[in-house]
Amino acid sequence: MNVERLRLDFPILQLHDPKQKVVYFDNAATSLKPLAVVDAMRDYYVYYPANPGRGEYDLAYRASQAVDAARENVANLLSTTPDTIVFTSGTTMGINLVADAFVRKHLTAGDEILITEAEHAANVLPWYQLQERYGLKVTIIELDDEQKLTRDLLEKNATPRSKFLAFSDVSNVLGTKTDTTSIVKWAHDHGMYVLVDAAQSVPHFETNVIQLDVDFLVFSGHKLCGPTGIGVLYAKRAHLDRMDPYTMGGGMSLKYAKDFSIRFAPVPEKFEAGTQPIAEIIGLSAAINYVRAIGFDAIHAHEMALRRYAIQALKKIPFVKLYNEHADTGIITFNLDGVFPQDAATHYNAHGIAIRSGQHCARNLVHYLGTDGTLRWSCYFYNTFEEVDAFIEATKQGKEFLDAFFK
Amino acid sequence: MHFLNNPLLMRQVIMDHYEHPRNKRVLDHPLAQSIHMDTSGCIDDIHVHVLVKDNVLEALTFDGVACTISTASTSIMTELLTGKTIEEARLIIENYVNMIYEKPYDASVLGEAVVFMYTYKQASRIKCATLGWTGLQQLLKKES
Repeated sequence: MNVERLRLDFPILQLHDPKQKVVYFDNAATSLKPLAVVDAMRDYYVYYPANPGRGEYDLAYRASQAVDAARENVANLLSTTPDTIVFTSGTTMGINLVADAFVRKHLTAGDEILITEAEHAANVLPWYQLQERYGLKVTIIELDDEQKLTRDLLEKNATPRSKFLAFSDVSNVLGTKTDTTSIVKWAHDHGMYVLVDAAQSVPHFETNVIQLDVDFLVFSGHKLCGPTGIGVLYAKRAHLDRMDPYTMGGGMSLKYAKDFSIRFAPVPEKFEAGTQPIAEIIGLSAAINYVRAIGFDAIHAHEMALRRYAIQALKKIPFVKLYNEHADTGIITFNLDGVFPQDAATHYNAHGIAIRSGQHCARNLVHYLGTDGTLRWSCYFYNTFEEVDAFIEATKQGKEFLDAFFK
Repeated sequence: MHFLNNPLLMRQVIMDHYEHPRNKRVLDHPLAQSIHMDTSGCIDDIHVHVLVKDNVLEALTFDGVACTISTASTSIMTELLTGKTIEEARLIIENYVNMIYEKPYDASVLGEAVVFMYTYKQASRIKCATLGWTGLQQLLKKES
């Protein structure tokens, strides 16, 4: 993997004016976009901006082909078949869809949904809503020193009423990678369906849904070098067949009549009412090609090298507090002693470094971490060791965070 | 030029109010009014409490968790406005908000609050510098 060559694909990384130059370490929030993705979307808008589906003219046919090819590309990425791939607006919609169209329909009041305290709001609030509206019970699994869901924790929290388990493959705050295969097996053996929030893992790891044997898996395109507004729900075909549509409208019915009868389109179209974000679907497909050409093993190895380099330097700064020193991904969660995280993030910004501060949408984790908020550094394949050096330099000056306010 | 128009002094004032916030407590009085100020985008999460008696802000306090800029600006506000009439308080708030948004303002009524005169340069901090002030402004709207 040649990082310098890859960086040429990102015009934002070619800016050298100190006022514009950015050191981007907020990849867990969203990734930068290579030109290949932007060009693919532009091509659609410029050369074949038609609505796919029943158009009889060439442009519509071409758009249709592009969407089909994208679905196949996504299926290929996850080692599954296209009929198990539903396009969504992102991870959040994917989870809401499963909550409404599957869990609400197939669980009964008193059944338990298990989540962990490290989940992102997208994997918390849809379940809270089911509890409030339909009497399903949400159990929040508290983590231990391993900072991730383990079979022990699952065993401790599961009861005969536990019917559904939803957790993140990689936590967006703790950065820990779950042993998902073993968790899924245990959950299945004990009568649970399993949803995996893979928003933080699909961009960084090879993902094989058949090997994982997971029931549902969701991710977003925009953390994978793709556009915003497009994501993917994978579900076992048998589940999709048993689910009602989530949104009703054009393109998802084969027939309906004034007697109020409806015959739905087959999966996955049944779940894709209305004109889809065609350009985004095409952009996602281009992003998948781009990232796969680099290779997930190379990406992960580079991220871990950057991580180790950063951790080693951070440990030498006495006022840095690390919360996930031993995590196995490119996410480092930390604080500067005596500096409120938002003040610190402003300080990094004054040094041209993009770092996120706050609770990172995982508000149930506050108690576990013992702090109201943290700083989160997250890298991707285009980050360099020089950028880590700049980050460390800024960190050393962190106590002078008010400089930013008087610049 | 204002006596505080010196970045070094300004920093000291901000840090002092952050590390030793004034009037940081819940106002335990049956006639006290409170408002909850928080945002979905950051951690800032404070309550502003005020007790108005005979048209005067007899007590003004706050509590909660917030960044340096929010904490210091709210702390300074409580010191500056305690004992003021509602009209005086409104005038000071108006001048403060004008300063934050780069409109003409009268620095002579703002006391230590002038340390936030450069906030406009850091657009992301405007919300922080106005969190407590906006809360009080909303509380005073309820007063006739």
